[in-house]
Amino acid sequence: MKNFHALIVGGGGTGAAVAHDLALRGLRVTLVERGEVTSGTTGRHHGLLHSGARYAVNDQESAIECIEENLILRRIAPGSFEENDGLFVAVTEEDVEYSHAFIEGCAECGIPAQRLTAAEAFRLEPNLSAETILAVRIPDATMDAMRLPLRFFASAKSNGAEIKTYTEVVGITKRGNTVRGIRVMDHATAKHYEIGADIVVNATGPWSGQVAEMAGVDVPIRPSPGVMLALRGRLCNMVINRMTPSGDGDIIVPQRGLSVVGTSSWVVDNPDNLGLPKDHVQRMYDEGAKMIPRVLDAPFRAAWSAARPLIGERKADAESGRALSRTFKCFDHADEGVEGFVTITGGKATTLRGMAEATCDVVVEKLGLEAACRTRETQLLPFEAYYT
Amino acid sequence: MPEATVPFKIFRYKQGQNAGHYDTFDVPIDEDTTVLVALQTIRRDQDSTLMLRHSCHHASCGTCAMLVNGREELPCVVNVLDLRSSPVVVEPLRNIPLVSDLVVDMTDFYARVNPADRPYVRHSEFLPWAQTPDGIDSYSRFENCIECGACVSACPISGTDPDYYGPAALAAAWRVVEEPRGRQPQQALNWVDNEKGCWRCHVAFECTEVCPSGVDPGGKIMALRGELSKQKLRGLFGFGRR
Ligand SMILES: Cc1cc2nc3c(=O)[nH]c(=O)nc-3n(C[C@H](O)[C@H](O)[C@H](O)COP(=O)(O)OP(=O)(O)OC[C@H]3O[C@@H](n4cnc5c(N)ncnc54)[C@H](O)[C@@H]3O)c2cc1C
Ligand code: SF4
Ligand code: SF4
Repeated sequence: MKNFHALIVGGGGTGAAVAHDLALRGLRVTLVERGEVTSGTTGRHHGLLHSGARYAVNDQESAIECIEENLILRRIAPGSFEENDGLFVAVTEEDVEYSHAFIEGCAECGIPAQRLTAAEAFRLEPNLSAETILAVRIPDATMDAMRLPLRFFASAKSNGAEIKTYTEVVGITKRGNTVRGIRVMDHATAKHYEIGADIVVNATGPWSGQVAEMAGVDVPIRPSPGVMLALRGRLCNMVINRMTPSGDGDIIVPQRGLSVVGTSSWVVDNPDNLGLPKDHVQRMYDEGAKMIPRVLDAPFRAAWSAARPLIGERKADAESGRALSRTFKCFDHADEGVEGFVTITGGKATTLRGMAEATCDVVVEKLGLEAACRTRETQLLPFEAYYT
Repeated sequence: MPEATVPFKIFRYKQGQNAGHYDTFDVPIDEDTTVLVALQTIRRDQDSTLMLRHSCHHASCGTCAMLVNGREELPCVVNVLDLRSSPVVVEPLRNIPLVSDLVVDMTDFYARVNPADRPYVRHSEFLPWAQTPDGIDSYSRFENCIECGACVSACPISGTDPDYYGPAALAAAWRVVEEPRGRQPQQALNWVDNEKGCWRCHVAFECTEVCPSGVDPGGKIMALRGELSKQKLRGLFGFGRR
């Protein structure tokens, strides 16, 4: 079998999982990242290992994906989560009304959900608002936004993948309509060079429009940031969610010695220029306090923004009407006449493995290989192994 | 709205160069701008080759540690205007091999922390005003140490003795003694019981002073010494084991 060389652009969670998956399938893998690994959206996300409950009413496809991947990740990355579960708390009559559809939705998606009285909820989380009427317990957990992907990077490396940080893609090389590799700038040495490849996977999240443009293909993307607020002290040990269809400041994720309130959403032009709108930070306090009033007097630690890739409709999709998934996007740009170039974007940190599986299925099929995905049952190395 | 323009004097070095130098950049700053955001602004608008490590932007991943005005800090939680300094001087950590610009190589750091085999999660504290919850024996949470290297950078012994395990590794060893979670506390104790380990520290607590995550590595080193001394005393009087 020819030893195909796959080149992955972008060292976030998605790139990490793609590298791990392809290395396990026996490909030669190189990943390039312009900064430190997880220096894009991945390191900065909220740190929630979704149970899927957040989507159980409005987006059941996402919800089912989340609960499946949630269980797989606990199995292949033991010791990497604060496995304290989560609560959806109802603090208004409207919330209580929503709880019926919510519990039903969880059941439909296979998400274990246990209804608790206010008294039961207080016993688990004494800082909850006195307005709490009821709560539902679901299998959310906290993940370390950097150290979970590091386990994918570490495992990929041990299977031969090369991870090149501070290596920025500045161009895509093509022969005719086929992508043959990339041109990079190595920031450590200030030198440019080229890397050849049989296939290039664009996993640059909110930057994927920029990288796709270098290949002359269309990924219509708007970066859509959200604000997060970290407070000192663990105001809760479980993930606390508001029992509403998703809104701003509706989740508090405890993590290490911090409690993180998030998030919001708006749209910007440049993923490198997100800003930090003051009114959004204030909304984190206001909305967070409706679930846990102590949010208002906990000491401030940090506020920051991170960007999702908001994807508009591609011309090619509009024409063919087919999409691999609604929950994330994997584009084979062959449909625009460009071979050897695949984009994977969207999704969630929770579903990184599943996104990688779907993408790598496309990659091996394009290369004409038969190599099944093995990431479901392969335990990941500890994160420290990435460095040593 | 930018409220001020602040000069940043930044250490620069690329591999292959004989020595480092400093570059100065003027950066527009508003009341919320952190040193990390200022550095990203430089990278975006003035010099895309500026290298730094960063990930979480809220003092939880530990990657961004560097010297800000000569002191070990996490620039993601240092507000620029609060520094009241002009210029703001930014340099890489000390006592950890330099890769380029502000980036240091953490290989050695992790190689030193690894032998302790510290688990990544531990018992979460119960909130002081909370009842012990029913149905959950114990909440767990991630370790405090975020492996930022600040303590190693600040430690004078790490600076002079390359064999010294250093404060982060020793604190990790104490963690195993304190809450083993299936690990071997005696192994961790044996590992540190020598002149590269906990007996090398000179107890000035520079490490504890700069730790951004409340680990108190200096205190943990003292705890290791205390535990080892207790064991030795017991051995001396013939009570072999506890
Ligand atoms: C506010 C917010 C909160 C979130 N919270 C959660 C949560 O709690 N749980 C959850 O499961 N998901 C969450 N998500 C979603 C999750 O963060 C993302 O789905 C995930 O991190 C995307 O990872 P990625 O690897 O696709 O993108 P990224 O992490 O952005 O990775 C792309 C990488 O490409 C690199 N890059 C860009 N251009 C180039 C170039 N030219 N050359 C080389 N490299 C380049 C970038 O530096 C970057 O590191 C959240 C998202 C947001 C915005
Ligand atoms: S107390 Fe010990 S470990 Fe800490 S800085 Fe001083 S010598 Fe180093
Ligand atoms: S002990 Fe503190 S200073 Fe040292 S690496 Fe850990 S978090 Fe950083």
